[in-house]
Order: sequence, then structure tokens, then C-alpha cells
Amino acid sequence: MKAVLGLIPKDKGEVKVLNQPVKLVRKRIAYVPQRNNLDWDFPINVFDTVLLGTYPHLGILRKPKAKHKEWAMQCLKEVGMEEYSHQQIGELSGGQQQRVFLARALAQNAELFFLDEPFVGIDVSSEKTIIQILKKLRDRGKTVFVVHHDLTKVEDYFDDLILLNKELIESGPVQKVFTPETITQAYQSSMTILEKVGVGV
Amino acid sequence: MSFIQDLMHYEFLQKALFTSVMVGILCGVIGCFIVLRGMALMGDAISHAVLPGVAISFMLDINYFYGAAVMGLLTSIGIGYISQNSRVKSDSSIGIVFSAFFALGILLITKASTAIDLTQILFGNVLAVRSSDMWLTLIIGAIVLLIVILFYKEFLITTFDPTMAEAYGLPIRFIHYVIMILLTLVTVASLQTVGVVLVVAMLVTPASTAYLLTNRLSTMIFLSAFFGSISSVAGLYFSSEYNLSSGAVIVLATTVLFILAFIFSPKQGVLWRALRTRKNKAAL
Repeated sequence: MKAVLGLIPKDKGEVKVLNQPVKLVRKRIAYVPQRNNLDWDFPINVFDTVLLGTYPHLGILRKPKAKHKEWAMQCLKEVGMEEYSHQQIGELSGGQQQRVFLARALAQNAELFFLDEPFVGIDVSSEKTIIQILKKLRDRGKTVFVVHHDLTKVEDYFDDLILLNKELIESGPVQKVFTPETITQAYQSSMTILEKVGVGV
Repeated sequence: MSFIQDLMHYEFLQKALFTSVMVGILCGVIGCFIVLRGMALMGDAISHAVLPGVAISFMLDINYFYGAAVMGLLTSIGIGYISQNSRVKSDSSIGIVFSAFFALGILLITKASTAIDLTQILFGNVLAVRSSDMWLTLIIGAIVLLIVILFYKEFLITTFDPTMAEAYGLPIRFIHYVIMILLTLVTVASLQTVGVVLVVAMLVTPASTAYLLTNRLSTMIFLSAFFGSISSVAGLYFSSEYNLSSGAVIVLATTVLFILAFIFSPKQGVLWRALRTRKNKAAL
């Protein structure tokens, strides 16, 4: 996922998103990083974290105004975290943190959402809230990409699936891709070797 | 009280006061970004590495600011280059580069010129601040503060979440070098007051003190600047009244503030934490 977004060097090839090179459409993409890549002791509270989502469209030199703050608050309400707005982000549980970062992605007002393993180490109710919001985004015509490797929920959560293990195994609608044969191929017979499985809603 | 009277009378003391307060503010502000980016060692490295620049400037008879600024930049580029192009880890490459520059600086200063006092550069002497130093500090201060105010948003996001910043198209490498340049400028401005060896304390200690007291970056920056400047004033007072080394006194003043915050900070302090743990245990 990071290679697709041009955040790490790729071996070869070219990535086009919305029919254009990634560079040109960066502001139409919201990326939710893996939780362990962040400094949770950083002096920032929940609300200011969500407000960061308004930065891409502000551009440099402009500061967030009242309407941006209102919008950030609205996004925070959407994930049900408004009562925590003044808490420092490290004081939240894993699931709450993930919801805050989803709110930040919402604040980016993007067309494409990239989530890197959003369901790792979070509680069931947060997972439910997040998947509901993602489905709402889908219904609004947005595209959501999720890196996921919990096979039990695949059919409930996603519409389309890209199955990867070093190379592309299969891609398309879930019913077509998510079959015992392709999964065996992806996980190489014994299910013990867990490679990343990429899944798109 | 005699200190205040002296301050009214002697112009050199006024200059020293103005310069040291400015240095306290600047180190406090830039120090916040240094601490949060985990670059404390980098701050130490750049401050030491400006030494050959100072020596060369004296030899060429130009203001030491130019030589120091060039050397500071070369150091940060050199460190980046080594850690990106070899398996040597970042902290080791910092150690390699800055000690080499520092050693070179010592040789250049002791051999090539007798006009500079090495101890003054190493440990600072706030009472010897000249008008030109004061103006230099003021100009550097204005530039640094202006850049931090204008690009606060970008500095915040690249410090907190560089991945997101890069994903939406910010040039995070470039911003890193901008911060390195600011760090070099602040170091040069601090040479006269605290000296090369102890600049890192001015960068790291007030910022860390502020870090223990707040959960907002903007508040942290203001607190850090405040702690830095009152420590500078304390340093000036003791060095003029009791003839002590200004750099050392300033650093110890920042340390006292840090210890107070470390013990008494409402959220992070060890005292309240211990009390809270006891209360929780008692409740069980």
C-alpha cells in the first residue's frame, strides 16, 4: 500500500490512480497509517488530530478557520468520539485511536481512502463502528481500500478482493475471488504461513 | 537590587540581557521540534560541529556567523548521507561526523590563530556580548520565529505524522533540512551566551520541561521559550554578580526547572503519580 502511494520506492512499474499518476491526485486520497507507526506521547489532543485532516486542502501559509474547525468536529461526531475531543491521543484505547484517525481521514474530504490494517488490535465495537462508516462512505460513492488479513470477516466486510502473495493471485468481486482454491494458493497449502492479504471494499 | 541598578546603568549588561533572553526564546522554540523529532543528539552534533566554521571565519576575517552556518549545514548533510548510504545507524553517523568536525575545530583554533579565546567559544561569556552579536541574534531570532509562525502547520504535521504529510504531498525531506538550518542559526546565535558545549542543554531541557506540563504543541512552545528565557536571565544575574560561567549557570537553571516539573507536573510528575497509585491501591 505504501508503494502504491509512492511512500516507499517501488521495484518497477507505474501507479495510476483515477487515471492519473499518484503525484497529481494526492489530495484526493486519504491515508490512515498503521497505529504502531505513530508517537502516541505527542502533545496533541483528539480534536487537533482530526483538524490535521483539513491541512491538505488548506495549502501552506493558511491556518484552519472556524469553518474548518466545525467540519473537523462534525467528522469527530461521525465516528462517535466527540466527547473525547480534549483528551491526549495516547490516553485512548486502540479502537478509539483508530476511530480518531478515521475521523481525520474523513476530514480530508477525499475520494479514495487507504487504510493500512485498521482492525489490528482493536475492540469489537470500534471495529463495528469503523466498518459501518466505511460502508457509508461506499454508499456515498467513495472508494475504500483496506489491507486486511482476518479471513473470517472478508465476506461480510468487502465487495471486491485483491489477493496477493508476492504476486497477484486473483482479483475481482469477493464471491469470485474468495474460494478455497485461491486461498490455498495464497497461503501456500498449509495455512501456517500468513502473508498479507489485500482486500478492497 | 543592585543588579537592577547595574542593569539601568551599564549598556553592556542591557545588551547581555537582551541577547540572553532572545537566545532563551529561540532555543526554547526550536528545541521543541528537536525533542519531538527525537533529534537531541543531532542538536548536540550541530552545535559542536560549527567550531571549525568559527575558526575559519576568524582566519578569513569575516563574521563567524557565515563559517558556522556553512559548517552546521555540511554536518547535517554529511550525517544524512552516511546513514542513508551505508548500514551505519543514524546515531553512530552523528557521532562520527560531529566529533571529526569538533576535533578539526580545536586544531584550527589552537594552531592557526591566537585571536580567539577557545574557552569563550566552548563555554560562552554572556557579559562579553558586543553590539554586533546582539544585532545578529536579533536578526536570526526574527527570521527563525517568522519561519516557525508561517510554517507552524507544516512543522507540526511532519513532526507528528510524516507518513500522512508525505502522502498528501509535503516535501518532508526539504522540511527536515529547513529545521536543520534553523537549528544551525539558533546554535550560532547561542555561541556567545552559552557556548558550543552546552547549547544542547538549552535546546533539550526547557523543551522537555514544557513537554511534561502540557498536551498541546503550541502551549509547549510558549512554555519552553519562557523557561529558556528565565533561565538565561538567571544565568546573566549569577555570572555578573558572582563572576560565574554564564553558560554553566544557565544550563543548571534549566535543569532546576526540569527537576521541578519532573516531580510536580500534574499529569506526568513522579509525585502525583506515586500518590495516584497509592490511592488506587487503597481503593482496591
